[in-house]
Amino acid sequence: MNKNIDTKKIIISNPLKLDCGKEINNFPIAYETYGELNSEKSNAILVFHALTGDQYVSGKNPITNKDGWWSYVVGENKPIDTNKFFVICANVIGGCMGSYGPSTINETTGKQIGTDFPIITINDMVNAQYELIKYLEIEKLFAVVGGSMGGMQVLQFVSNFPDKAKLAIPIACTSSHSAQNIAFNELGRQAIMADSKWENGFYSNYKLNPDKGLAVARMAAHITYLSEKGLQEKFGRKLQDRDSLRYGFEADFQIESYLRYQGSVFVDRFDANSYLYITRAMDYFDLSKQHKGNLSDAFKKTKTKFFVISFTSDWLYPTSENREIVMALNSIGADVGFVEIESDKGHDSFLLDVPSFLKTLGDYINSTYKVINERRI
Amino acid sequence: MKEEFNIISNLIEENTRVLDVGCGNGDLMKFLQENKTKDIRGLEISKEKVQNCLSKGLTVIEGNAESDLKQFPKSSFDYVILSQTLQAFLNPELVINELLKVGKKVIVTIPNFGYWRVRLQLLFKGTMPVTENLPHEWYNTPNLHMCTIKDFYNFCSSKNIKIFKSIALKKSRISEINKSNLNYKNLDSHLGIFLIEN
Repeated sequence: MNKNIDTKKIIISNPLKLDCGKEINNFPIAYETYGELNSEKSNAILVFHALTGDQYVSGKNPITNKDGWWSYVVGENKPIDTNKFFVICANVIGGCMGSYGPSTINETTGKQIGTDFPIITINDMVNAQYELIKYLEIEKLFAVVGGSMGGMQVLQFVSNFPDKAKLAIPIACTSSHSAQNIAFNELGRQAIMADSKWENGFYSNYKLNPDKGLAVARMAAHITYLSEKGLQEKFGRKLQDRDSLRYGFEADFQIESYLRYQGSVFVDRFDANSYLYITRAMDYFDLSKQHKGNLSDAFKKTKTKFFVISFTSDWLYPTSENREIVMALNSIGADVGFVEIESDKGHDSFLLDVPSFLKTLGDYINSTYKVINERRI
Repeated sequence: MKEEFNIISNLIEENTRVLDVGCGNGDLMKFLQENKTKDIRGLEISKEKVQNCLSKGLTVIEGNAESDLKQFPKSSFDYVILSQTLQAFLNPELVINELLKVGKKVIVTIPNFGYWRVRLQLLFKGTMPVTENLPHEWYNTPNLHMCTIKDFYNFCSSKNIKIFKSIALKKSRISEINKSNLNYKNLDSHLGIFLIEN
């Protein structure tokens, strides 16, 4: 969490007016880059991370010492090849990996901001990251890419900055959070806020951490990232380190043990307040409402090429919701490709080793890069 | 295949907006992209074929012409192409109507069930025809509604669909179809190519 993280960081001095009405300035954006920006500055790809992601897309994450969250997609000789592309990823505002968030220290009080942090939205996140692109002096990105909440940011980015990306690839996402999405997020938030160590969000003042609540939130969310078939095949009713039921509430089943583990490792790397703020931002996301109920209007000023991807077993952001984006784009004659990838790995498919996804994404990005460069748009 | 692509390409004006319905692996799209227009989209039902197209950088949407053509606005393409696919739909009439809505002009190509080689197989062998152009057996064919050049010609006139151009193909021989040679062309051609408009 936000303690002494040695990460690339810029301070945004331009005031940023948030959707909630408040204004922020002189705030940090933490980011990481991979590969080299070419002399024409035409090979930059901005990757947006999902709810619990961070700027460490590829290579080793220095905080967790694990592989970057999108190592299957980004890296040398990967679908987004860093021998060829300059990849940028920033920690979202509201996050806990160095960007301005509830765990940022308020310099006047010397304490974490906690729930005095303003409510932020996907729109605010994207506007903040645009400041980073300006700082890097990139006039036009080759592509903006992201899955899940990252995909929402892709949509919002093109809507806000219609001429700043040649290609947009929203993956496994939605243009507005459904009742079911909000319901699961609310469950997670309530778990955190019900933890007595939450202290209305000022836990750090008391050297406390609502670990239990945050772990439950993660466990519940983790289920939504998998598919029923995937769970059944991987775990079934298999028992954990025992031959028979113990007639108690220990983790008898492997699935219980797995979820407990997922919860316990998550609390070491993620801030509970960030979880509240970022899930709220996702719930508030409704791109068509921003355009008086007409999603197409979000994209009518753009010439950006789109490629929308969904997964068969993703029930969190199902194909039907991804298709709505495609339909909105088609209805204004935008350049949009779409495929639903066969996978039983659920919503998490976009993060995992799903060969047909990785191949299609990589081939598409590379051939489009070639075509666009040949045409010198 | 090449002759069909050439004929289709010749029917299309340069730098127009084209949709290829049932675009398969994108061969026709690639051909038209190199020869006629960059502004070309595809619609294809098979995931695998969609992935092949996208891998080539072609703009293709996974979807079904019977339900997914609705999302395109009226007359949003200069040409909509349906190459040798009409017979595979549950409801070809509905598809033709959808194509005519979405496209200002529509190009339909039809594997001709009236071709003499096809007729002879049924007449003499007494089995469902299997030809180079119609390679499937009756039990595994995707073709639900086979028709002849004459059938399609008559369909257009009965539905008041304007035929701008109708071309018959036999091997690599190209000829025009008209009212007076219809019966002959229907017998002697393996493929019919129609440029139609509502």
